[in-house]
Amino acid sequence: MKYKLIFRIAKALLLARLKQTTVAAVGVTFSIMMFITLLGFMTGLNDLLDGLILNRTAHVRLFKEIKPSKTQPIDLSGEYKNSYNFIESIKSGSTRKEIYNSGAIMQAISKDDRVLGIAPKINAPVFFNDGNVEITGVINGIDVDKESKLFYFEDYVVKGVSADLKNVSNSIILGKGLAEKLLTKIGDVVVITTSRGDRFSLKVVGFFQSGILELDKVQSFASIATTQKLLGKSNNYLTDLQIKLKDISLAPELAQEYANIYETDAEDIQTANSQFETGSNVRTIISFAVGITLLVVAGFGIYNILNMMIFEKMDSIAILKATGFSGKDVKRIFLVIAISIGVVGGALGLVFGLLLSMGIDQIPFNTASLPTITTYPINYNITFYIIGGIFSLITTYFAGYFPAKKASKIDPIVIIRGK
Amino acid sequence: MSELILEAKNINKDFHNPVTINVLKNITFTINKGEFVSVTGKSGCGKSTLLYILSTMDTDYEGDLLIDNQPMANKKEGELAKVRNEKIGFVFQFHYLLNEFTALQNVMLPGLKLGKYSEQEVEYRAIEHLKKLDIEKLANKRANQLSGGEKQRVAIARALINDPLIIMGDEPTGNLDKKNSDIVFDIFKQLTLEFNQTLLIVTHDNEFAKKTERTIEMEDGKIIKQ
Ligand SMILES: Nc1ncnc2c1ncn2[C@@H]1O[C@H](COP(=O)(O)OP(=O)(O)OP(=O)(O)O)[C@@H](O)[C@H]1O
Ligand SMILES: [Mg+2]
Repeated sequence: MKYKLIFRIAKALLLARLKQTTVAAVGVTFSIMMFITLLGFMTGLNDLLDGLILNRTAHVRLFKEIKPSKTQPIDLSGEYKNSYNFIESIKSGSTRKEIYNSGAIMQAISKDDRVLGIAPKINAPVFFNDGNVEITGVINGIDVDKESKLFYFEDYVVKGVSADLKNVSNSIILGKGLAEKLLTKIGDVVVITTSRGDRFSLKVVGFFQSGILELDKVQSFASIATTQKLLGKSNNYLTDLQIKLKDISLAPELAQEYANIYETDAEDIQTANSQFETGSNVRTIISFAVGITLLVVAGFGIYNILNMMIFEKMDSIAILKATGFSGKDVKRIFLVIAISIGVVGGALGLVFGLLLSMGIDQIPFNTASLPTITTYPINYNITFYIIGGIFSLITTYFAGYFPAKKASKIDPIVIIRGK
Repeated sequence: MSELILEAKNINKDFHNPVTINVLKNITFTINKGEFVSVTGKSGCGKSTLLYILSTMDTDYEGDLLIDNQPMANKKEGELAKVRNEKIGFVFQFHYLLNEFTALQNVMLPGLKLGKYSEQEVEYRAIEHLKKLDIEKLANKRANQLSGGEKQRVAIARALINDPLIIMGDEPTGNLDKKNSDIVFDIFKQLTLEFNQTLLIVTHDNEFAKKTERTIEMEDGKIIKQ
């Protein structure tokens, strides 16, 4: 009952000044709209740029690096435990690039419920023979299905079919840049020389474009079996295990853990690509700063309009107080006005923000290095809408609080005497 | 036998800008139920100041004020607002109505604030009061479309809505012509006679004062005759 009355009085005062209150609400609408659009667009862009690398990168990568052994025989000897030893010119021994016992490791890791999936890989440096010239390149032996599932491989195959890698024997998918260098088209045969000097002919079944030009000039893909054959290795030879986690933030921890358990080298994505996060963070901070600045400006608009309204409605406030409304009631009335402006303006802002985002989402955006993107990227994350909504309420509350407090302190005698 | 409605004991009031002036000096009097009291005196003698204190809007004074045998000292702002809402009706010289509302809504507002009756009942009672004052035709007109005399009658209806113990007026006829003043006076008279309503009216109009049952005369912040 009591609140109903306060709402009713607030509504009457608001409608009596409809034009000004509309202007105030439009201010809020505009700022929330820009806030939503800006964050959606910026985050969309962030996701896209991050995706370039992150989609294609394992969260944890297990591999064997060829390097000198850390422990030399003398370290194992108990006799010299308390002595220093100096050994010069240590060379890498007969360490292999292969991950030992890879099948068992894969099985064990895929059972870990922190892990989303694991894809094996063989890294094979080769020469592509183009007439007399030899072009250096890399063949990645991959499991097409797992690679597609975890790293969106098929999205990046711009010509041909990725599944042909496993269906057509001795087939290869070339990086776009590499294919251009070799002047090949689909169905052609390319000749490669392995590091051991063996020559093979492979059939081109597709082109691959990662969006990163340097990579596309050297990378190519073949099936695991084909690659093992090229290298003359057995069918359990693998050089890399690429692990994707459910929670990317666990990567450094798990990399450590796996490195210890499986006695391999391990690299986590944060270490490998630290620069990307920095860029994303800066863009997000800028968007928030601009959005909040807009909101604060809108808040001042509300503040001004309420102050003006209170100045105009002094008489009404005096009457209300004389007839038994307390300072608290008066304060509530003006807070209700402010928050109504915030709620209506904010809600419209969210709707228009969504519409504007959807509009931007329709604008064509084609670039050679991003084959999967056709329009400007937008992120429709619900959190932005929640933050925008909450912020519009908070700003209007504070913009309304001080004028409302002033109104509650108005002394009716001064007004009644002054008339 | 007569019931005490309002009691003022040794009320003193000073203004301090810039020099201290003692505007009210030892004001002491009582008002009983059903009395129609007028307060007169020269301009500047402190009539309005006294009325603002009696109406609980001004709390900056010395002395004791009892309304309905309740001391008003040490009451909080919210509690005083409640006293005004429940027990005091106001009529001012300038007809203070809320222009955003109709005449009927203006009358209803203090009733809705009190919350003793449902909205339908408050509306019914408001219309009854408007009828009593012969202005029920104006019920749905906006306050700013009414004439001065009409506004004053709406203000009286508003003062009546919560069945107050006392109606206070600061020169309610001061801004009206002879005919309208007479109408307002007759209404007040009728309220005391028919409904035993207590009234305390500040006025400049000696004729008006003479017609009331009792007149308190003030001079220089003191009561010289009551
Ligand atoms: N806020 C104030 N500050 C200082 N002095 C004031 C203030 N309000 C009123 N006064 C003084 O108090 C005295 C009494 O004023 P008050 O309004 O009560 O007179 P009044 O009897 O109602 O006069 P009138 O018949 O003209 O309405 C006057 O001398 C006035 O100048
Ligand atoms: Mg006066």
